[in-house]
Amino acid sequence: MSDASQPVDDVATKVDEGALGSFASGVQTTEEYPLRVEGLRKSFGGITAVDGATFQVESGSLTGLIGPNGAGKSTTFNLITGMIKPDAGTVTFNGEDITGLDPHEVANRGMVRTFQIARELSEMTVLENMMLAPQRQRGEELWRSVLPGVRNDVREQEEELLERVWEVLDFFDIDHIAEEYAGNLSGGQRKLLEMARALLTDPDMLLLDEPFAGVNPTLEKKLLEHIHELREQGYTFLLVEHDMDLIMNNCEHVIVLHQGRVLTEGTPDDIRSNEEVIEAYLGGNV
Amino acid sequence: MSVRDDIAARMPGGDAGLILAVLATAYLLYVLAGVVLGYDLRGQLNSLATLTFYIGVFAMLSLALNLHWGYTGLFNIGIVGFMAVGVYVMALVSKPTFVAGGAAQVGGLGLPLWVGIIAGMVAAAVLGFVVALPALRLRADYLAIVTIAMSEIVRFSFLSGDLQQFQLFGSKVGFGGGSGLILDFVPPLEALFQSVGLWGVYLGFVDATKVIVPTNPKPVVDGLVYGLLLLTFVTVFFWLLKRTGESPFGRVLKAIREDEDVANALGKDTDRFKIKSFMLGCALMGLAGILWLMPQGAVTPNFFRPRVTFFVWIALIIGGAGSNTGSVLGGATFAALLYQGPRYFQNLVTTVLPNLDSPPGFGQAIGPLISQLDPVPFLLYTIDSIRQLQLVVMGLVLIWLMHNRPEGLLGHRKETASVISLSRPKAAAAATDGGSADGDVQTDGGVDVADNNGGVDDE
Repeated sequence: MSDASQPVDDVATKVDEGALGSFASGVQTTEEYPLRVEGLRKSFGGITAVDGATFQVESGSLTGLIGPNGAGKSTTFNLITGMIKPDAGTVTFNGEDITGLDPHEVANRGMVRTFQIARELSEMTVLENMMLAPQRQRGEELWRSVLPGVRNDVREQEEELLERVWEVLDFFDIDHIAEEYAGNLSGGQRKLLEMARALLTDPDMLLLDEPFAGVNPTLEKKLLEHIHELREQGYTFLLVEHDMDLIMNNCEHVIVLHQGRVLTEGTPDDIRSNEEVIEAYLGGNV
Repeated sequence: MSVRDDIAARMPGGDAGLILAVLATAYLLYVLAGVVLGYDLRGQLNSLATLTFYIGVFAMLSLALNLHWGYTGLFNIGIVGFMAVGVYVMALVSKPTFVAGGAAQVGGLGLPLWVGIIAGMVAAAVLGFVVALPALRLRADYLAIVTIAMSEIVRFSFLSGDLQQFQLFGSKVGFGGGSGLILDFVPPLEALFQSVGLWGVYLGFVDATKVIVPTNPKPVVDGLVYGLLLLTFVTVFFWLLKRTGESPFGRVLKAIREDEDVANALGKDTDRFKIKSFMLGCALMGLAGILWLMPQGAVTPNFFRPRVTFFVWIALIIGGAGSNTGSVLGGATFAALLYQGPRYFQNLVTTVLPNLDSPPGFGQAIGPLISQLDPVPFLLYTIDSIRQLQLVVMGLVLIWLMHNRPEGLLGHRKETASVISLSRPKAAAAATDGGSADGDVQTDGGVDVADNNGGVDDE
């Protein structure tokens, strides 16, 4: 294989780090807790969806965020990633206050999310989906893409990116559907595509919103293997999931949200034996 | 994938071959129609020049719209407003300065034509920016409302007495109001050839064509040459937009069309991309408007009614949004069949059947059909009113397309948004082949390429 990290200039270096050729070196987290959420609050009309949620996510961990329906998990995700703006509270990522930044600014800082319902770009091929992801591509400037001469720089970078895209496709075992339109993929393949695409943005941290919803057991196992493997390479994961068993068996740290607040957090064993959690999930009738 | 791709694939020369074949067919039909109509050579050449002109302008406009709608998903129904601004600003800059007693009621700044053209394009792009800034942050349909309102505001502004004439840099300029504006600058072809020092050569060429067109060949040759000039511009538009689309920039535009939130979540500043795409398209629409009206001698605001916008939309829908080749084909097909076609059809019928009297009114036309089941008067009346029915025909074609071929002639085309072909690079392919044989290949970064057996299983 060619040397993946051969910087042409600053722009290229950034992209180089992003692609798969250098999984571990792409993670630049120095903080022990890259993500800190403090007193996050958001109301929609009269309903307070998130009501002072405070928690932090440890570097290199696989942290689960659980809670009954309506606990505010998805809203919390949207608040962290800038899809919606909080009424109060702060989000700190790698020591920087990112409260209220736009989603693309959050993504540029190394925190990328996936969506609950896989949102592939259906009229684009899998390859186009993947090529989209790397950050700060030279050809994203219109003049560079159009003007003769400078377009060669773009071409050069595209060739580098393409190699990495294929590596990631191989890694996720979706190389055989590379030329397909993303809209023709099965539900599970879309989930894989979405995670692969998120990975190509060179994140330090991945926020996965119910990555296993509607995924068959075989693929679920495969996705989990990928997540664990990536985590060992230094990526941090925050995972929203409904399936308690899955969270308990895979996460080392679990945060329980209830009515927009952190009810409790701890190791899966702590959570399993916590009366409050059982009550929250079963409505207090146990 | 289906019939349309097969057509393009079977066509010698691919897309270019397809475009040439469609153009050749259109020209052949018009020559045949001309023969039936008994046109002399001059008439034939004029008819072809007119056809070329409309093919050129509609192809340019639908290419520009394809950037907005086909690539970025921006619902712009104010195309004609950007054309108007382009033309009027060009006129303001390039018309000669005011001379009392001249034919023109107002003057311009008297700058060269090319300065005016650039100024017109810039003005259209700036207007696009102003429109886009508030509207792009809203949902797509709001952009549609804002753009069509803008195009009417532009038309009414140019109609208004307040802008009819005013002082600018000490000279009397203006937009002429409802009575129109005389475009009394140097004719575009003359300006073009003079700027490259070939005007004399061109006049010599015109003189030489007297062999073919004995009397006053200049208007005929001018028309044909201007048509060719427009086709050259179509080529430039095509080249520019193809490069725009087949690039990382175009990839982001496509992603915005598909799902803006996703593009944003992947770290793309979608507002910036949308504004750039919108401004580029608006500048091209301004240029197309300039090229359309520049040789006409005069311009009135009421030319810029919203229906021109919808003509362009029909052209793009026929060709298939999302494909540059489709846009050109759509523009050509629309110009030849729907825009110019009905008039030729009417002429043909009245030439072939010269002695038919069509009934003078709708009552006399429909009466025999109801009372005696005699459809002839009604058919004759229909043919006689075909110009008025043109819009109805366009509407019917649109409905038919929406039902049977919503993706257009060439829609859903795979025009990959990338500078390079995205097939597996040779080096990587070799590595993976090896990988599947060994079961486990480590890349330099430590990625387990042939995964599956290397994963951690906690269960």
